[in-house]
Amino acid sequence: MTKSLFYSIIFHTMMIFLTALSLPFMTREPISLPPIVSVELIQITDKTNIPFAPKARKIIDKVKEEEKRVVSEQAPPSAKAKEKPDRIPLPNDKKEKKEIIKKKQNPEEIKPQIRQSSEFEKEELINTNEIAALIDKAKEERALKELENKKLTQSNVKNNFATGLSLSEEDALRAQIFGCWSVPLGLPYDKDLLVRLKLELKKDGTILKSEIVDHQRMNMPGQKFYKILAESALRAVRLCQPLKVPPTGYEKWKNIQLNFDPTEMLKG
Amino acid sequence: MKKLIFLLFIYLNSFSLSNALIKVDITRGNLDPLPIAVSPLHVEKSSENLEKLDTKKLGVNISAIIEKNFKSTGLFNPLKKEAFVQKPDIAHLKPRFEDWRLIKAQALVTGKLSVKNNKLKVEFRLWDLTASKEMIALSFTTTPSNWRRVAHIISDKIYERLTGEAGYFDTRIIYVAESGPKNQRVKKLAIMDQDGAKTKYLTLGNELVLTPRFNPSNQMVTYLSYFRNLPRVYLLDIETGKQEVVGNFPGMTFAPRFSPDGKKIIMSFAKDGNSDIFTMDLETRVVERITEHSSIDTSPSYSPDGKYICFNSDRSGLQQIYVMKSDGTNVKRITFGNGIYGTPVWSPRGDLIAFTKVRKGRFYIGVMRSDGSGERLLTENFYQEAPSWSPNGRVLVFYRETKSGAQGKGFSAKLWSIDITGYNERKIKTETDASDPSWSSLLSK
Repeated sequence: MTKSLFYSIIFHTMMIFLTALSLPFMTREPISLPPIVSVELIQITDKTNIPFAPKARKIIDKVKEEEKRVVSEQAPPSAKAKEKPDRIPLPNDKKEKKEIIKKKQNPEEIKPQIRQSSEFEKEELINTNEIAALIDKAKEERALKELENKKLTQSNVKNNFATGLSLSEEDALRAQIFGCWSVPLGLPYDKDLLVRLKLELKKDGTILKSEIVDHQRMNMPGQKFYKILAESALRAVRLCQPLKVPPTGYEKWKNIQLNFDPTEMLKG
Repeated sequence: MKKLIFLLFIYLNSFSLSNALIKVDITRGNLDPLPIAVSPLHVEKSSENLEKLDTKKLGVNISAIIEKNFKSTGLFNPLKKEAFVQKPDIAHLKPRFEDWRLIKAQALVTGKLSVKNNKLKVEFRLWDLTASKEMIALSFTTTPSNWRRVAHIISDKIYERLTGEAGYFDTRIIYVAESGPKNQRVKKLAIMDQDGAKTKYLTLGNELVLTPRFNPSNQMVTYLSYFRNLPRVYLLDIETGKQEVVGNFPGMTFAPRFSPDGKKIIMSFAKDGNSDIFTMDLETRVVERITEHSSIDTSPSYSPDGKYICFNSDRSGLQQIYVMKSDGTNVKRITFGNGIYGTPVWSPRGDLIAFTKVRKGRFYIGVMRSDGSGERLLTENFYQEAPSWSPNGRVLVFYRETKSGAQGKGFSAKLWSIDITGYNERKIKTETDASDPSWSSLLSK
């Protein structure tokens, strides 16, 4: 009895110790929502062509300052008509306003921010400082390295990849491999032909090691189709490399498994 | 002890959760043709030159046939030779993979040939360029006049290695070659390689010939010919040229076709004024009735396992496709769509039935599953019919009549092929007009 109690205590402490080590996110507070929002923003900025940081900050400041004015400009046309006589002689203010509006309407420049300003209440707009900071970081990096256009800030990454790839990253990877995988169309669609491919990746997304999980099945008699599918999967990842992986959180995606299932394609 | 195991289990579980391997499901790929480089085969310098054959050009000619075969499938994209960096004499030893990857090739075919003592020896290798390794290497020895077949056999081997299904290049198509005006049409039996080369006429054209069909298990053909205005069913051995009359049948005999084992032929003919389906044992010549119905039953075709027969019948009013057991029991209608269905042919893979459909004056070639579900119309035209399967069940050959002449009063019949996805429709070049094609099984098994 004492012996088993002793064992129990030892293993319980070991459990707690190891859990604390291996499940670090459990110790953290569960709030990780704001960074996720910010990551989405950065992805938008990656795709759109937002101006460089100083300019962006200026614009956001202006947007903040001109918030009321923007609202007044969007007021009904009757009010505008009243202003018209004043404007005719020397519309200096108008020019400024126009400029602001122009910038606002330019989709290449500050579309995401403006969307926010129109969608959120005034109080929430205070967050634009944070947003601007994030944009700054992303844009500075972009200016330094055009090639690494997917770079995220470290704070984002920590939360983002605590549980693997985010949905959009997974989609990006999947879409990349869709493009490289030539499905062998002669395979029968009614057989279990799922190929699981384990990859060990380098930081830049190139493949360090690839392994078919059921590799012994490849050389079994009567598994000709499996072999062909496995080979096509290997060809696809080699052709695709470097894989589109997030620039950070390497430890999380260093080992990744791709499950190639041609059933949907073969059934047509 | 149990507690210990339990704790250990929980611990391992929690550990595995925290380090869960990222898994991504890949369920779609592209259908773009695979870029493949076919390097001309290297001809050894010691090769003899033959009277009728320019040995030096043989390497280029063989690779050209392989390329043409691949291109016709729609699954491969043979790359232009001008882009090749490495010459064939070096490539056949061990290719510099980087050079070939540079031109975006994913697979490479290299090889060499020699002609000595009137024997042609051909070696080829297929390389996976992304993995930088050899996928298949084979060697053939034959008579030099057989070089076209060697090219087809190499194509088959590569096709099988890359797609997983057997090829269909070393095959032939038998058809009815037609010439002359419509009211005085001369119809001869003709055979050619699947790529349209090496056409040979098997009959003189004195008698009308119809519906030649290959035996699925060997190179025998059965066809219908009229002798003194009576239909006769013939058997013809393509290898030996030996021809044999199976029997005389009453008028309105249609489309004799072999059973999968080649021991029987199945056909429809009118007995007592009504067309039904019959089989004939080729050894005993015993005729057996399969259907007995007051309607018109025609165009029977066996399933590849020989257990079922599909045929068309107008027993429900309009002509539709039915499936029954090979003894004639358990008849089941499988088509219910709008229009008339005819000429059902069971795929050699057993999963699909090809058919001709007529709807609102237009002719369609389509496929459906053997239970009638999943109907897919592959091609539509003014007049087309008689689909026949390639031996691997991927491609259909059929004939199409199109209006011709300045006023559109003439007509022209040609052979066409289409794959079961509905893509890759191609006209097969024939010397004359052509109809009623039938695809042979692979010559080299």
